[in-house]
Amino acid sequence: MMRKPADCRNPPMPSLCRDCLTTFDTPARCPACRSPRVTSHPELFDLSIAHMDCDAFYASVEKRDNPALRDKPVIIGGGRRGVVSTACYIARIKGVRSAMPMFKALQLCPEAEVVRGRMDVYVEVSRQVRALMEELTPAIEPLSLDEAFLDLTGTSRLHGAPPAVMLARLTKRMSDEIGITGSIGLSHNKFLAKVASDLDKPRGFSVIGAAETETFLHDKPVRLIWGIGPAAQASLDKAGIRSFADLKRWDRADLGARFGSMGDRLWHLARGIDKRRVSRNAPMKSISNETTFHTDTADPDILDGHIWRLAEKVADRAKARGIAGRVVTLKLKRANHSLLSRQSKLPDATQIADRIYRTARDLFDIVADPGPYRLLGVGLSDLTGTEGADNSGDLLDPQAIKRAEAERATDAIRQRFGADAIVKGRSLR
Amino acid sequence: MKISIERGTLLKAVGQAQSVVERRNTIPILANVLIEAEGDTVSFRATDLDIEVVDKIAAQVERAGATTVNAVTLNEIVRKLPDGALVQLTDDGANGRLTIEAGRSNFSLATLPKEDFPVMASSEYHANFSAPAPVLRRLFDKSKFAISTEETRYYLNGVYMHVAESEGGKVLRCVATDGHRLARIDASLPAGAEDMPGVIVPRKTVGEMRKLLDDDEASIAVSVSETKIRFATPEITLTSKVIDGTFPDYTRVIPTGNTRKLEVDAAEFAQAVDRVATVSSERSRAVKLQLDEDRLILSVNAPDSGAAEEELAVAYADEKLEIGFNAKYLLEIASQVDRENAVFLFNSAGDPTLMREGNDTSAVYVVMPMRV
Repeated sequence: MMRKPADCRNPPMPSLCRDCLTTFDTPARCPACRSPRVTSHPELFDLSIAHMDCDAFYASVEKRDNPALRDKPVIIGGGRRGVVSTACYIARIKGVRSAMPMFKALQLCPEAEVVRGRMDVYVEVSRQVRALMEELTPAIEPLSLDEAFLDLTGTSRLHGAPPAVMLARLTKRMSDEIGITGSIGLSHNKFLAKVASDLDKPRGFSVIGAAETETFLHDKPVRLIWGIGPAAQASLDKAGIRSFADLKRWDRADLGARFGSMGDRLWHLARGIDKRRVSRNAPMKSISNETTFHTDTADPDILDGHIWRLAEKVADRAKARGIAGRVVTLKLKRANHSLLSRQSKLPDATQIADRIYRTARDLFDIVADPGPYRLLGVGLSDLTGTEGADNSGDLLDPQAIKRAEAERATDAIRQRFGADAIVKGRSLR
Repeated sequence: MKISIERGTLLKAVGQAQSVVERRNTIPILANVLIEAEGDTVSFRATDLDIEVVDKIAAQVERAGATTVNAVTLNEIVRKLPDGALVQLTDDGANGRLTIEAGRSNFSLATLPKEDFPVMASSEYHANFSAPAPVLRRLFDKSKFAISTEETRYYLNGVYMHVAESEGGKVLRCVATDGHRLARIDASLPAGAEDMPGVIVPRKTVGEMRKLLDDDEASIAVSVSETKIRFATPEITLTSKVIDGTFPDYTRVIPTGNTRKLEVDAAEFAQAVDRVATVSSERSRAVKLQLDEDRLILSVNAPDSGAAEEELAVAYADEKLEIGFNAKYLLEIASQVDRENAVFLFNSAGDPTLMREGNDTSAVYVVMPMRV
C-alpha cells in the first residue's frame, strides 16, 4: 500500500488547539483557526492526571477588577513590614518574586503598584474556578486557592472528549467567564503534573508523557521535587545529589538509611514514579495562625494577647472542621528573622482555645529568650477526630473543665448573636 | 594504663556507664567513659551533665593511669566478647588509642584526654541515710508510671521524694502525677532522713538508679541536698541533679470524701479491661464502668470499629454508678496491685477516683475519669 507523502514528512502527532479546541494530528498551526497555540504530544490524549495553576492569581484578579492596573507592574502584599504574596508577570520581569520582602521588591521595581490583598474576593474567584473544575471530575485536590490536582481518568466517554481537550476548555472558560488565566500540567502522576504546569507559564499547557519521563528528569535539579526546601536541599547536596541523575545512582536501601522515610519517596521520584492518588479530602496535617507585628515587641503582655487571639483562631478552625489536635506549637520569629519553635504534646487531643492558649503560653514561658520578636504563631497538629478529645479533666487544674464548658457556651452565644457578642478581656490587650 | 578484667564484671560497669551517656549529644567527650586505674581498682565514670555514675570494680592493675573512650562502642565490644574471657585494656598515652585484647580479638579505640572529662562538682548534703533496696524499689516502682512527659510541666517530669506527715507519724513519701493519674507511696522513715529537703528526682535518674536496687540484701546510702541526690552501694555511686521547680500541692488532689466502694480482684479486673479495650483503636480509649449491686459491667463503644462488654462479679453495695476512664490509665493502676484486692472509691462520674490495695493506705492512686 502506498503511503501518503505527507505522512513521511510529518508523522501523525496528536495535537490540540487551545483556542478553538480543535483536535488534529499534525504539530502545526491550527487548521481551523490558524492559532499558533497548539499543544502536540504523542501521549496527549492518553494522559489524565493534571495540575491546574492560576497565573499570578491575586494580581490577575486585581487587574481584572481595575483595568487601570492592566499594563502596570502590580504587587500584592501588605503593610510596611510585609512580604510580596504575588507579583504580576510585568513585575516578575523586574525580578520581583513572591515571599520577597516588600522593601526589596520596591527597590527592584519602584514604579510598581502595591495592592493590599482582598482575600474575600480571591476566595470567591477560587470558588468559581472550583465550580468549573467540578464539571470535569469529582476527583479534585485543591492545594491552595489557586492550584489543584485533577484526576480525569475514565471521564473521556462521559465528556465525549479526552482529558486534554476538557482541560484546555477549562482554562478557556476561566479566561472567558471569570477573567483570569491558568496553566495546565498533564502527565501520568501528581509529581510530574505539578512539574509540567510550571514549564510553560503563563497560559501554558505542558505534557510529560510516560515514555519520556526518565529522559526528561535526567538532568533536572532535585529541588523540582515538591517539599524539597533549602534544608532538604542542603542535606541532599552534602550527599552529592543535585540532579535526578545523581539521585538515580543511589541504591534504594542506602537512600532509606540516609534520608529516613523520605528516602523511599526519593527513590521512586528519581524514576518518575509517584503513586499518590488525587484525593478530594487530602488529610489536613495541621492548623496554624500567625501574625507579624507592626513593630517588634518583647512585651510579655502584648505577646500574651496575641497568643490568646491566635489560639482562639486556631480553635475556631478546628471546631469548624470537627477536628482536634494533640500537639501545640508556638512559633516565634526574632527581630533578626531567626526562628524559634517549641512544641508540646498533650496527653489527649484538644480543640479548646483555653487549652491551646495555656499550652502555648507555657511554651512561651520556658523559652529563655528575651526577644524582641517580629512574628508569633500558634499551631495545632497531630490531628484526630473530636472523639476522645477534651474529655478528661486535669487533677492539678480542677477549673479546666469549667473553663472548657464556658468556652462551649460562648461558642453557642456567638453562633446565635455574632462573633463580637462576647469576647474575653484577654483578647482586648 | 594497663588493666585486666573478667568480661562479665567489665560488661556490667560499662553497661551502666553507656546507659547514662546521652545518645544524641554534640560534645564528643560526653559520649565517653572515663576509666581510671589505681591500686587494685578501676573506676568507670560517665555523665550527661545531669547524672553522673561511677562504678568501682576490682581488677588486676599492672600500670595505673586514666583515659576516656566512647562508652557505647566499648560496651558493644565487651558485649560481643565470649563469656568468661579475660579482657586487657592498655593505653600507652602516646598514640591516643586504647587497646582492647581478649583471646584472639584485638581492638583499638580513639581516646580523648581525661582532663577534658567533666566531673560533677561535689556538694554538701543536708541529709544522709541508708535504706534497704526493696524499700526504695517499692517507692519508685509503684510511682514512676505516673511521671508526666509534658515538657511544659517540667516540675512533673520526676518523682517527688519528701518527708510527709501520715496518720502513723512521719513517712518517706514518693509522689508522681501527670495531671490524669497520681501515685502516692509511703515507706517508714529511715533514721537520718528527718531533715531531708523534698526533691523531684528526674525520670532518667529513677531509671538509672533502679539498676542499683536489684539486690534484695543491699543497703543503699542516700544523700540529699536542695539541688542533688546521691544513691550509693559499695561499688556504684549515682549522683543526679534534681528538678529545679516546685511540685504542686498534691494533697488537694487526693479525694477524702469518696464513699462508693468497689472491691475487685485486681488481676481479673486488669485482664477484663485489656480485653474490652481491644475493639477501639483510639489512642485514648475510654472504658465505661457500670456499677450495680455486686456487679460490674465493663464496656467499650467505638463507633467506627465495634463494641465490647464484659461482666465481673465484684463487691459493691452503693448506688448505681456509670463512670468512664482511659483504659491505659486503669490498666497501669490495676497492675500496681500485687497482694490483695483492688479497692476503688468513687464519688461522681466527674470526680477523681481513688484506688488502693485492700485497706493499705501506704500506696494510694488517684485517676481522673473521662466523659463517656
